[in-house]
Amino acid sequence: MSLRTSTSQTIGPYLRIGLEWMVIEDLAPAAVAGERVRIEGRVLDGDGKPVNDAAVEIWQANSHGRYASPDDSGSAPLEPAFRGYGRSLTDDRGAFRFRTIKPGRVPGPAGKLQAPHLLVTIFMRGLLKQLVTRMYFPGDSANADDPVLALVPPARRGTLVAGGSADVLQWNIVLQGKDETVFFDF
Amino acid sequence: MTKLTPYRRPYWNTQPEYLFPKYASTVKRAPTQPLVVLPHTLSEVTAPVFGTDEVKPGDSDLTRQHKGEPLGERIVVSGRVLDENSKPVPNVLIEIWQANAAGRYNHRVDQHDAPIDPNFTGAGRALTDAEGRYRFMTIRPGEYPWRNHYNAWRPAHIHFSLFGRAFMQRLITQMYFPGDPLLDYDPMFTCVADEKARRRLISEFDWETTLPEYALGYRFDIVLRGRDETPMENRR
Repeated sequence: MSLRTSTSQTIGPYLRIGLEWMVIEDLAPAAVAGERVRIEGRVLDGDGKPVNDAAVEIWQANSHGRYASPDDSGSAPLEPAFRGYGRSLTDDRGAFRFRTIKPGRVPGPAGKLQAPHLLVTIFMRGLLKQLVTRMYFPGDSANADDPVLALVPPARRGTLVAGGSADVLQWNIVLQGKDETVFFDF
Repeated sequence: MTKLTPYRRPYWNTQPEYLFPKYASTVKRAPTQPLVVLPHTLSEVTAPVFGTDEVKPGDSDLTRQHKGEPLGERIVVSGRVLDENSKPVPNVLIEIWQANAAGRYNHRVDQHDAPIDPNFTGAGRALTDAEGRYRFMTIRPGEYPWRNHYNAWRPAHIHFSLFGRAFMQRLITQMYFPGDPLLDYDPMFTCVADEKARRRLISEFDWETTLPEYALGYRFDIVLRGRDETPMENRR
C-alpha cells in the first residue's frame, strides 16, 4: 500500500523553543582528521534584510568521503567522533556559523565522484517547506566537473561556492534578487 | 555502489509552494528563480543518526520539566512514523514545540497578551521505536492571534520536526486538533489544494491511548518520503 508524505508546514517564528537544545556549530573535535574550515554567512530576504529566525542545517561526509550513515556502504574509514551534522540558528544579523572539516569526495551519478560539498537545508518563518541547497569550496579543481554543479546554469553557479579567505569561508544565503542563491527542487 | 534508489518526488498538490501570498511572510522569502532539480546522490539519501545518549525517556514528557504542573488539559500525543511504502521508520528523532494552554509561547518575540506558564517550556523530544512508534505527554496548546491579516488566529497546533534515514526525508510539520473551527481560516493549514492531505494534518481523538481520569489521547501518524520501487534485478 502506498501512503502520501505528510504536508510540510512552516517552522514558524518560535523554532528556538524546540531546536535550540541541539545547536551544533562545531562539528569536528580535535581528534577528527581533515582540513579545518570556518564557515560564516548571513541569510538575507528579498529586501536585503537579515533573516533572524532561520535554522540552517548542514550534512556532510568526513574527510575520507564517508557519511556516518548506515546507508553509506562505502569502504572509506569512518571517524567515530564525526557525525557530519550541524545546526545553526541565525541571530539578529541573520548570521549563522560552523566550524568543521572539509569533506572528502563522495560518489555521484554515473560512477563520477562529486566535488567536496555540504548539503544545506534552511527552515524559517515564511517558508512552508525547507529550502535545499549546497555549498562548495572555493578553488577546488573538482568543482569544474561536479555532476550537480553542472546542472546549474553557469551564470548562477557562483552562488553555491563559498568566498572569503582560507581561514574563514564566507557564504551568504540570498533568498531573492540579483544574487539569489540557487535552490534545488529536491 | 553506483546505483541508488532515489526517494519519490512529492505527489501533486500535497506539498506547499514557496510563494503563497495568503501567508504574507512568503512574499519576501520565497525563491523567485527557477529551482534546479536535484538528483538523489549518496549525499541526499543518507542522514545523521541520533541516539539515546542525546534523547532521554523523560524528554517526551512536557508536563514534568518544572517544579509544578503546567496549567491546562493534559493530553497524550502518540502515533507512528511510516514511509510512503507503509514501512515503519525506526530511530527517527522527533522534536516538538508548542504554545502553552493560554496560547502563549515561552519566547522573546511572542508579545501576545496571555500569561506565561512558569511550569511549561513547551519543548519535547523522542526517538521512534523499532515499529516507528512515538509518544509524548503534554498539555493542549491554546489558539492565539497573529498579524498575517485582520483578526487572524492560529488554530491550536504542535510543531513537529523529524529526521529520517535520508536528508531528503527531513520534515517539519504541524499537528492540529479535530473539530477546530479556525482550521478553514488558516493560511498554513489550507496551503495545499489536496483536501485529504490537509486532513492528515489533523490528529484523531484516540480512546485507546486515553488515560482514565488523567489525559485525553490524540493519535497523529506521520509519513516521510519513501524510496521508489526497488528495481527488479535487486530482488532475490
